[in-house]
Amino acid sequence: MIKARVTVTLKNGVLDPQGKAIEGALSTLGFEGVGHVRQGKVFDIELESSDRKQAGADLKAMCEKLLANTVIEDYQVEIG
Amino acid sequence: MKSAVILLPGLNRDRDMIAALTRISGKPPVTVWQTDTEIPDVDLIVIPGGFSYGDYLRCGAIAARMPVLGAVREKAAEGVRVLGVCNGFQILVEAGLLPGALMRNASLHFVCREVRLEVVNASTAFTRGYTQGQIIRSPVAHHDGNYFADAETLKRIEDNNQVVFRYAEGTNPNGSVNDIAGIINEAGNVLGMMPHPENLIEPAHGGTDGRALFESALDLAGVAA
Repeated sequence: MIKARVTVTLKNGVLDPQGKAIEGALSTLGFEGVGHVRQGKVFDIELESSDRKQAGADLKAMCEKLLANTVIEDYQVEIG
Repeated sequence: MKSAVILLPGLNRDRDMIAALTRISGKPPVTVWQTDTEIPDVDLIVIPGGFSYGDYLRCGAIAARMPVLGAVREKAAEGVRVLGVCNGFQILVEAGLLPGALMRNASLHFVCREVRLEVVNASTAFTRGYTQGQIIRSPVAHHDGNYFADAETLKRIEDNNQVVFRYAEGTNPNGSVNDIAGIINEAGNVLGMMPHPENLIEPAHGGTDGRALFESALDLAGVAA
């Protein structure tokens, strides 16, 4: 079995109001020196296959078709 | 003119939409369930508002991958008119039938209020009943209506007059780029908008500004062809 982690984040240049709110909250809590905060999503996905190459291709297709909205988001796939 | 309303779990404005279409056209729309792969012959397909699939993953993302959206895509390619309101708009952009994306409101708050809309393009099949530049009232109720498109896409849709509705000055409730409230596809038969015209169609609603949109889309009398 393959365990993979997909991270989806907003593209650079896309305004992230949630990240901004988190940034403000960190500063309210007294954390100093916090620069920009960008938030995103993490998906942990288990695949039955043991073919890492195929898994990489499948995960990329999953990101393109569903997990990320490539109009506004970038994705990164890590295969464990 | 016949209409159809698409039903998906989590939508909650379907009854309002069915009531509006019934009252305006005199005929109840057919309803089409998410797993249906065929839509009957109709002149207008409407995807109403709500929270399909609980807004999981992204608003409209799961709904946009259901079988019925394949059927909507086919009908749209044939030239059938398609209207997506609120979550319906989010579903149409997620399905790639309209450009851009709808993001969390800039204020991070859910907004439920009345806004004013400028009819920026009154020559579409959906807006012929309005006059160019007319300011109309419409309710909005959403958490993710902040329209975004990259600079190139934005320029293209602006140059093509695909922006149909803008929030009138000072009423942008969500941070949408260029105050965009509704856009149409290049072919001119798929319209998506965040505001709810179906909730302002009779005096009991406090106004009838939404009515002309349905009368236009349904080719009803009184609207120039």
